[in-house]
Amino acid sequence: MGTPGEGLGRCSHALIRGVPESLASGEGAGAGLPALDLAKAQREHGVLGGKLRQRLGLQLLELPPEESLPLGPLLGDTAVIQGDTALITRPWSPARRPEVDGVRKALQDLGLRIVEIGDQNATLDGTDVLFTGREFFVGLSKWTNHRGAEIVADTFRDFAVSTVPVSGPSHLRGLCGMGGPRTVVAGRSDAAQKAVRAMAVLTDHPYASLTLPDDAAADCLFLRPGLPGVPPFLLHRGGGDLPNSQEALQKLSDVTLVPVSCSELEKAGAGLSSLCLVLSTRPHS
Amino acid sequence: MTTEVGSASEVKKDSSQLGTDATKEKPKEVAENQQNQSSDPEEEKGSQPPPAAESQSSLRRQKREKETSESRGISRFIPPWLKKQKSYTLVVAKDGGDKKEPTQAVVEEQVLDKEEPLPEEQRQAKGDAEEMAQKKQEIKVEVKEEKPSVSKEEKPSVSKVEMQPTELVSKEREEKVKETQEDKLEGGAAKRETKEVQTNELKAEKASQKVTKKTKTVQCKVTLLDGTEYSCDLEKHAKGQVLFDKVCEHLNLLEKDYFGLLFQESPEQKNWLDPAKEIKRQLRNLPWLFTFNVKFYPPDPSQLTEDITRYFLCLQLRQDIASGRLPCSFVTHALLGSYTLQAELGDYDPEEHGSIDLSEFQFAPTQTKELEEKVAELHKTHRGLSPAQADSQFLENAKRLSMYGVDLHHAKDSEGVDIKLGVCANGLLIYKDRLRINRFAWPKILKISYKRSNFYIKVRPAELEQFESTIGFKLPNHRAAKRLWKVCVEHHTFYRLVSPEQPPKAKFLTLGSKFRYSGRTQAQTRQASTLIDRPAPHFERTSSKRVSRSLDGAPIGVMDQSLMKDFPGAAGEISAYGPGLVSIAVVQDGDGRREVRSPTKAPHLQLIEGKKNSLRVEGDNIYVRHSNLMLEELDKAQEDILKHQASISELKRNFMESTPEPRPNEWEKRRITPLSLQTQGRKGDHLFKDILSVKEKYLMPTTRTVEEKAQETDKSSHETLNIVEEKKRAEVGKDERVITEEMNGKEISPGSGPGEIRKVEPVTQKDSTSLSSESSSSSSESEEEDVGEYRPHHRVTEGTIREEQEYEEEVEEEPRPAAKVVEREEAVPEASPVTQAGASVITVETVIQENVGAQKIPGEKSVHEGALKQDMGEEAEEEPQKVNGEVSHVDIDVLPQIICCSEPPVVKTEMVTISDASQRTEISTKEVPIVQTETKTITYESPQIDGGAGGDSGTLLTAQTITSESVSTTTTTHITKTVKGGISETRIEKRIVITGDGDIDHDQALAQAIREAREQHPDMSVTRVVVHKETELAEEGED
Repeated sequence: MGTPGEGLGRCSHALIRGVPESLASGEGAGAGLPALDLAKAQREHGVLGGKLRQRLGLQLLELPPEESLPLGPLLGDTAVIQGDTALITRPWSPARRPEVDGVRKALQDLGLRIVEIGDQNATLDGTDVLFTGREFFVGLSKWTNHRGAEIVADTFRDFAVSTVPVSGPSHLRGLCGMGGPRTVVAGRSDAAQKAVRAMAVLTDHPYASLTLPDDAAADCLFLRPGLPGVPPFLLHRGGGDLPNSQEALQKLSDVTLVPVSCSELEKAGAGLSSLCLVLSTRPHS
Repeated sequence: MTTEVGSASEVKKDSSQLGTDATKEKPKEVAENQQNQSSDPEEEKGSQPPPAAESQSSLRRQKREKETSESRGISRFIPPWLKKQKSYTLVVAKDGGDKKEPTQAVVEEQVLDKEEPLPEEQRQAKGDAEEMAQKKQEIKVEVKEEKPSVSKEEKPSVSKVEMQPTELVSKEREEKVKETQEDKLEGGAAKRETKEVQTNELKAEKASQKVTKKTKTVQCKVTLLDGTEYSCDLEKHAKGQVLFDKVCEHLNLLEKDYFGLLFQESPEQKNWLDPAKEIKRQLRNLPWLFTFNVKFYPPDPSQLTEDITRYFLCLQLRQDIASGRLPCSFVTHALLGSYTLQAELGDYDPEEHGSIDLSEFQFAPTQTKELEEKVAELHKTHRGLSPAQADSQFLENAKRLSMYGVDLHHAKDSEGVDIKLGVCANGLLIYKDRLRINRFAWPKILKISYKRSNFYIKVRPAELEQFESTIGFKLPNHRAAKRLWKVCVEHHTFYRLVSPEQPPKAKFLTLGSKFRYSGRTQAQTRQASTLIDRPAPHFERTSSKRVSRSLDGAPIGVMDQSLMKDFPGAAGEISAYGPGLVSIAVVQDGDGRREVRSPTKAPHLQLIEGKKNSLRVEGDNIYVRHSNLMLEELDKAQEDILKHQASISELKRNFMESTPEPRPNEWEKRRITPLSLQTQGRKGDHLFKDILSVKEKYLMPTTRTVEEKAQETDKSSHETLNIVEEKKRAEVGKDERVITEEMNGKEISPGSGPGEIRKVEPVTQKDSTSLSSESSSSSSESEEEDVGEYRPHHRVTEGTIREEQEYEEEVEEEPRPAAKVVEREEAVPEASPVTQAGASVITVETVIQENVGAQKIPGEKSVHEGALKQDMGEEAEEEPQKVNGEVSHVDIDVLPQIICCSEPPVVKTEMVTISDASQRTEISTKEVPIVQTETKTITYESPQIDGGAGGDSGTLLTAQTITSESVSTTTTTHITKTVKGGISETRIEKRIVITGDGDIDHDQALAQAIREAREQHPDMSVTRVVVHKETELAEEGED
């Protein structure tokens, strides 16, 4: 378990999944998704993979895209990983549930303990789960229900798992993220602020909070790829995305900021937390 | 009833004989504080002339005359002019132990908790209870008879506390008594009294004798954390502390404040043994079986001083884990299991351990082979860790588990949804299934209370909110609610406070349990731990399955060995404190210090404790250097007692002001936002039920200055010294019930119905003496002990502004004996107070007394001074009507709101919705314990007092209440200032509660208190002293 908060962001591997053409059409993804520039989306995705591998030095595993799974690249919804345990989720959208298969396989191969959701009443999108290093918050959103949250609690018993009501269409991770072991980053929207307040009530641990102009900017990844002494990274939206939030992000000290753009993928509902899964194959070392 | 020779202690206490002699010899001394007065019949006769008309000189004269005959304890110390005795009530309850002085005096606590420590003597006396029973009955009757007559003769219009007896007596008796009273109303009072006294003495003596003769012991068994059983014989009436200390001694455990003893009340309920109470009372009829457990989980076990303490904590956690109480992930199970192995088996040794069947250990509730393999694998990686280090690692990991130290209680929210309430170091956690759905940090909680099976917390308004909210939870039953409440009180105190809060003092009305955590707080125990200076004790680590060799690397010195050996356990401990057994000084060190502080001790100790002054002397050879600090602390505390209460209370206030809210950390700040907002989005959880919306104005507690001023300014005013010495009744008695009712009536009145709006008086204040007297005349019943309240933040005053006049009048005019009203002091031309008043008066405390009949509630009101300017006029306007409205309602379904005397000066207006309407009719009468106590109320008054009675009470300017506490004394100072036609008068009413076991010299303490009062207010005169003594005699009841 390590020192509190220390477990946050520890990673050796990153898992991503290629962007299928079906994402661009917007059809396969289901109603409501706008068409998007496939090439741009794929380019963004490629850049993301590159940064994970080269800038952060992670072992990158890329699952091949599947046309039948337009939202496959958003694999952050398919698993919740902490330590050596991966909870395979049961996404709210039935169409997305097959996405978990490839991910499960990959994670299994990486040696993680796989936990499945057997309960047919549970829905859980992985991006409704925020792990702070000390505890979990599960957004009770359009996507995730109480039962789903309960399973998170059942799976990660060492940690407090608190539920946070999330209003609107967002996932919890679309509203807030961790900017450091003791820092919660959140957007400025009402929904985001409300979520943060709820979390503040529920937690036993003091966190600082940083408010960003854009909710999407709060969807960042605090990553600690390994080597001691090397400052951790914060993978965040940037590179032309969300210019208003860049300045505020500079306030985060002790992290190396790694900006990454995914404005096109965002149109499909993607964020950094959904575009990759990070894990450590040796979580306790 | 033959008079037997009393034991020494009795004589001392009773002092009647001595007193008499003394008085006879030197009548002159009467004028001094330390005089002996007695409550003898003769005296009463003498004092019969109406108080009002008397002048001081005449009083004195009287006194002298009386002195010959008089000689009862406390009265000795009362200034002569006060000597006039208005009433004398002596009720002997079951135990014949009249001589027993109130070991514990609780003044205004109407509702007694059974948890209160019993006086040691009581215990002993109990054995004889049965024999005495008959006698008592007789006596009682007598007492009653006489009473009416006395009061009649003496004071036609002013009725005082006479009615006491009834309160304490069970119902049947009451009735009897009443009848008798009626019959004999006109009978000769004097005769009876005499008789009464004699009887009492007799009893007392008898009781004491018997005590020494037979001491029944009971065997108790305690299951220790390593699964072994410790058994010992305890005196039948031993308190929890005695057993706990024995166990700790047996375990060689010094840092024992984290631990406690559990007993199983039912298959599902375990209760903590209250160290301050008799075991017998708590167990009722349960077998004396206990388990030794961690009660307060140290948030950071690395701060524990001794490895042995950590070891016991480890054992507890292993139990918790194996039982599933402390959920862990697979990995954590494995990791913790591996540390367990390392601690118990040492380094992994392929030859030795390869063959060990790990299934003998229990690492998890359900243990798989996979887990065992993982454990074994991890075990290998711990090579080199000493057992103590392995334990530390174990704890480092265990402490981070989210359920570490969380005490779960099943409950339902307002929607009937099953939830769990988790009490922990930081506050109260609310779980639904495994999910945390809400959390109330201690700083956010203003009040914790329970009422029947409902448990309430009142939560500080959020940043943007004006309203406090009260959230209610439904517990399975009343006992569960109470248990939860107690656990909350204890946890809050232990983790959040620097020092334990004194039980709610006498001062104002307190409803329900007055249980408080009496042990050391974490801060205190940590500090104490730093003083531990013994070689690491040797102990053996055992697994639950088998005994393993001791691997502890700790050096085993000679000292260690001797420690171990000299701590044989029970017998050793007690004898060690005995007169002759001082030889093993070293041994005592550890426990000795504990003894000093804890008010409830082994028999021998009590003597020592009772008298603080002598404590040091007697303890000298017993306590070794480590305890010195503690002793010093004690000293200090004692000095405090002697100091001005005002300054103490100021300290307290400062403390409170500085403690309050947590970090200004941004995150924390956000926390303060409305709960309702946060929960809005949630559909399933209707956890938050806003029972109360409170509009509150917070006033800064600037009381201090004001209060000082008040004291200084009113030089010429009189002071009423209301001294009540009373013994805590362990069982809630009749009078408590009555009180409860009163509270109810008051609280609920105008708007108790669901959805209705009402105003709640934040403070209800009651004069205990009057209360008790009232109760005697009442026959109504309500459940007592069903209600408990606790305010996590001490505050000094709180009140609502009201107009005083009407109430004052009512009270004073009240013909009933019950209405003991504090008289008004002489009016004095006044200048300064007025100015003060304008600016500073904010809060008013109201004391409401209600008759059984519930027709009218005579109230005693006083105003509290607050600080800031407040629109007083407005408040005053609003309140009175409400108050009036309230008066006539007696509704039992009270919100747990009632008590507050400990909050900041606040003017509150609350809107209350009581959702639990169905509950209201439930009045449980079943659990009414029988009260067996002895109550004495003696009132001394000087003639001038009556000036205010019945007259125009003037306009209330200010009122304030200051409370200070010290080891055995709680002083509540109530200052009321009123203006009557350009004349201002200040009345200071002090309530001093002297609480203590056994041998506190109450007379001494009382004398001291009176002296102090006079010193503090040299310009004022004491117009009245009411001594209310209550001695607990009985034993039955429950916790």
